[in-house]
Amino acid sequence: MRNRSALRTAAPLIAGLALVASACGGDDEATPSASDAPADTEAGGSAAPAGTAAAGDICVEGDTVKLGFLNSTSGPMAISEQTVRDSLLLAAEEINAAGGILGKQIEPVEEDGQSEPTVFAEKINKLLTEDGVAAVFGGWTSASRKAMLPVVEGANGLLFYPVQYEGLEASPNIYYTGATTNQQIIPAMDFLASEGVETLFLAGSDYVFPRTANKIIKQYAAELGIEIVGEEYVPLDSDDWTTQVAKIAEAQPDFVFNTINGSSNVGFIKAYDEAGLGADNSPIISVSIAEEEAPAMGVDLTGQYAAWNYFQSVDSPENATFIAAFQAKYGADRPTSDPMEAAYTSLYLYKNMVEKAESFCVDAVNASSDGVSFAAPEGLVTINGDNHHIAKTGLIGQINADNQFDIVWSSEGPIEPDPFLEGYSWWDPNQN
Amino acid sequence: MTLTTTRSANEPGGGADPAVAPPAHGRRRASPARLLDTYGSLIAIGVIAVVLLVWAPSSLSQFRLDNLGKYCALALASMGIGLAWGRGGMLVLGQGVFFGLGAYAMAMHMKLEAAGPGGVPDFMTLYGDGTMPSWWEPFRSAPFTIFAIVALPAVVSFILGYAIVKRRVKGAYFAILTQAMAVAFATLLIATIKQTGGFNGLNTFSTVFGHNLFDPEVKRNLYRVAAGLVVVFLLVLWQLYRSRYGELLVATRDAEERIRFLGYDPANIKLVAFVIAAVMASIGGAVFVPIAGIISPTNVDASASIMLLAGVALGGRASLFGPVLGAIAVGYGRSTLSETFPTQWTYFLGALFIVVIVLLPGGVASLWPKLRSRWPSPTAETPANGDHDVDRSQPAVPA
Repeated sequence: MRNRSALRTAAPLIAGLALVASACGGDDEATPSASDAPADTEAGGSAAPAGTAAAGDICVEGDTVKLGFLNSTSGPMAISEQTVRDSLLLAAEEINAAGGILGKQIEPVEEDGQSEPTVFAEKINKLLTEDGVAAVFGGWTSASRKAMLPVVEGANGLLFYPVQYEGLEASPNIYYTGATTNQQIIPAMDFLASEGVETLFLAGSDYVFPRTANKIIKQYAAELGIEIVGEEYVPLDSDDWTTQVAKIAEAQPDFVFNTINGSSNVGFIKAYDEAGLGADNSPIISVSIAEEEAPAMGVDLTGQYAAWNYFQSVDSPENATFIAAFQAKYGADRPTSDPMEAAYTSLYLYKNMVEKAESFCVDAVNASSDGVSFAAPEGLVTINGDNHHIAKTGLIGQINADNQFDIVWSSEGPIEPDPFLEGYSWWDPNQN
Repeated sequence: MTLTTTRSANEPGGGADPAVAPPAHGRRRASPARLLDTYGSLIAIGVIAVVLLVWAPSSLSQFRLDNLGKYCALALASMGIGLAWGRGGMLVLGQGVFFGLGAYAMAMHMKLEAAGPGGVPDFMTLYGDGTMPSWWEPFRSAPFTIFAIVALPAVVSFILGYAIVKRRVKGAYFAILTQAMAVAFATLLIATIKQTGGFNGLNTFSTVFGHNLFDPEVKRNLYRVAAGLVVVFLLVLWQLYRSRYGELLVATRDAEERIRFLGYDPANIKLVAFVIAAVMASIGGAVFVPIAGIISPTNVDASASIMLLAGVALGGRASLFGPVLGAIAVGYGRSTLSETFPTQWTYFLGALFIVVIVLLPGGVASLWPKLRSRWPSPTAETPANGDHDVDRSQPAVPA
């Protein structure tokens, strides 16, 4: 009886031990390699995750190179980030078919960021230190990028971030293949000025990108002589825009600058339509509605505008090839959009960088990244070695009846990236 | 339950002081079997201590150890839920708030450490005008931060708890109130981007109390602190559960009116459990941040709170070990299932919850007594008056 009592008490413990033991069971083979991982060995480490560089060492052994694809495949961002995952897998397949990178076949290691910044931080740590990937591709929200930044810097890894963002950042361990503000927001303002817009209303999600974008818009608007007649924010996941749209209807602006993120756009467009507003009397220019989102709005958006650096309608042989390959792999009904193109481009840029450096070592890749270019579907893109962004052409598209964009405005050639807006005298980061 | 026979009826909260040996225990201790039961729990805590503090640091890679540290931080919050929900019958759906109070207090301190003396956190310059709100200033001090990690949730939970339980709000209404609190807290954080970092949360730290966060030895020590706190709080709860207060709490859960008739104020009894649970969640949050390197509203909102609760339900809410094991199992499940099945893992985790809750409403920790009851016992002992950890896994009045 004594034994039984003791056993009874110990039962949950035994179950727990089994759990803890199984929690670690999968690590046995990983442990020795992980203990060699540089992130463990050096404070603020200078060694590459793929191994410390010695002379002639290219940091990746064997016939394959592991690359981490870290996108949210669950949670609210999954609907957007899955499209990026799809185009990354397409690019990897194409590169492998063409002989790989430096003769090594790409071995994708997929992880789910779960739409949570904390999970992004954990997963990129896992990819860099446990899997020893040579580079990571992914992230979407600014929160996910900010969460990954200290980890990728601490492990001296590489991250390729494929989404337009709010700028004011340049990490030696991140390459930004989406637009920074002077390649999307500022061209959009130039377009509005050329249209003779005098009053502008700002509508955005309560979030870093819209807040920062609007800070820039307000300062540039003052420079251009455009009056801001209202500024409204709604939480990221909120769909109720009724009160805010009523204010727009009252203000009667020439244009609405829409920096709303994700599914909240649906609620905004619905309220907009119900208030009797539309492209004819109060046009909207958006920076996050693309080919993927436009048909999902439930309202005809014909005549509205969007600012991007790529549209499916871009007329180039590279884009035709990209669209054909994407639709052959995923279905003829699948549109292609800016972040997908930027992700596709990022993998090819990485290939070109590695082949120029003749090494996968992070420091070697960084040292030779300046000027590496790729004939992307959007046009020729070139890496700026100082700020790790790429030169891109700014485009304004107008939505047509097929939910495709007719390009109505384009910058004069690719715009050099300027994430800190140092070349713009009107910009004062400390002025709100 | 023979808990009130000798106590003065107007003593509120009864034996909240565990040092007062209740007479009920005096009689139980006479049985050698009870003695062994007592030691059984202690031995189990000892084994957990060895596994967490000796075996894990020597066998796991840095990444896996960091993860286990995070699960331990969540386990601290879960143990508090075990106390408030499993033993106290209060379905606390908003523990993320208290987890967040501790986490943000710690994160603010680390952010100010990274900014240097007199410096301003980087995000305030990025998103605002570079001025720091005055309520950030005290968090430059490490002692104040540690004080705040304990005092802040204690004060907040006392005020909230007092307002709620004194009005005899319970059951679903209590659960809804606490959940609304979590929603409000996350919304407040997201809306105050210039003061709290908003949706991005707080990250990019360099040191914790002057120690370099990238130093492997510091990382190991952070893990040891998290795991050590789990062991310490297991001992605290073990003592609390066998104290007269523990008996009163269970009695309140199962028959609040009777406790009231006996002259106790059930509100005080529940309030103590609610406050302790809040402080434990806050401490969990505080040790989570330096290990994870980030805290964001998604870690403290309603769904994060429910995830904590799900771990407790999985492990067994009323048992001493259930919440700890549940939290570690859920954390490990999330990490590993999503690594193995990056696109389908949520289905597996959901199925696991359904299977456990349908087949074992008392959680995994109730498995053993269930199995045991199938075999004829050689003695007349019935499980109903068995040890302190397992037999209460089935509350008479479900929460």
